[in-house]
Amino acid sequence: MARFFHTVLALTALTFAVAPPAVAETSDPVADATAFRKYFTEKFPQVKLEDFVNGAYAIDEAMRRQWQAIEQFPPYEFSLETGKEMFAQPFRNGKHYADCFPNGGVGIRQDFPYFDAKEGKVVTLELALNKCREANGEPPLAYDKEEMAALTAYMAFTSRGKPFDIKIPDDPRAREAYENGKRYFYTRRGQLNFSCASCHVQTPGERLRAEVLAPALGILNAMPIYRSEWGGMGTVSRRFITCNSQVRGVPLEPQAEEYRDLEYFLSYVSNGLPISGPGARP
Amino acid sequence: MSMIQVGHLKSTLPLALAVLVGAAVSAWAASSEADFKAAYAAAEAANTEAGILRNQWTVTATALAEARKAAEKGDFDQAVTSSKEAEALAKASIFQAIQEKEAWKALEIR
Repeated sequence: MARFFHTVLALTALTFAVAPPAVAETSDPVADATAFRKYFTEKFPQVKLEDFVNGAYAIDEAMRRQWQAIEQFPPYEFSLETGKEMFAQPFRNGKHYADCFPNGGVGIRQDFPYFDAKEGKVVTLELALNKCREANGEPPLAYDKEEMAALTAYMAFTSRGKPFDIKIPDDPRAREAYENGKRYFYTRRGQLNFSCASCHVQTPGERLRAEVLAPALGILNAMPIYRSEWGGMGTVSRRFITCNSQVRGVPLEPQAEEYRDLEYFLSYVSNGLPISGPGARP
Repeated sequence: MSMIQVGHLKSTLPLALAVLVGAAVSAWAASSEADFKAAYAAAEAANTEAGILRNQWTVTATALAEARKAAEKGDFDQAVTSSKEAEALAKASIFQAIQEKEAWKALEIR
């Protein structure tokens, strides 16, 4: 019965949706990023730009005090240590993760995801780590599990303070990937008829049950995160999957093209904001 | 009892019996396994279409599972009801996906 009620609500909302205004067929990522930043800085004039990477903690003063206390003994610390050990551990062929990345994989998190012209697709850090493993004869890690989170936690930690520097090359495929990510971000899905933007653009700072919603600006800078709700660490993949499930949409497979493109879009519009991962969230 | 009353009884009895038998048959065969299979196939087809649009809903999968569970118990009334619910949900998710091909632009920050 409740399901039917929600469906009726959702369909009613769709039926009465305002017709979208006409938009240019080709968007301008630079203009998008400027508009994105302007929207959030005007919505939260009290929040310093670089603080948006701290999610809801940047907005809610009481939560911020709790978080500062938590950061004295951060819950991601064990994962960070594990990631550091995993990163240093040689593969069976004697090579390391460091051999797969520029600068030995240190201080490069801010450059991911990037558009790989050879493969014609967006490559995230998680994907690059598994490509590295497979190229060295190792089985891939699960994208939504703790080991991948530990590795990315370590790599993020070595990049703390470095501003996101996501590039969209002059390649129509890269532009299409960006557009695809943007479309995914704003598209309503699931029985609850929510888009990513419903929570993280329209209502950041508001409560959804016990959770204070984070603004979309800088939302990936703190990844991976330790979530009290999960009782453990989570990757970007895990975060996207959880969001889909929460609105009663069937999640896509981890590192699906849509998710990688979404990460590309969200990271690009947060260009210039510092990496703060690994993070801790309620 | 008058002749008229007896005549009336004679003429209405077969009708009453027919109604009773009909109701009993109807209650007994409210939903058959074939009805369930047809309803479930329709729901599954709609959900597959939603999957092609990359927009399935978790509640559709739940309703489909409930339909299967009821059918396994032989409760085909419930199995058909759950199948129809799943089909309605799947069709709503298809509608949403089609609508959102353009509607997403209304939420865009510009």
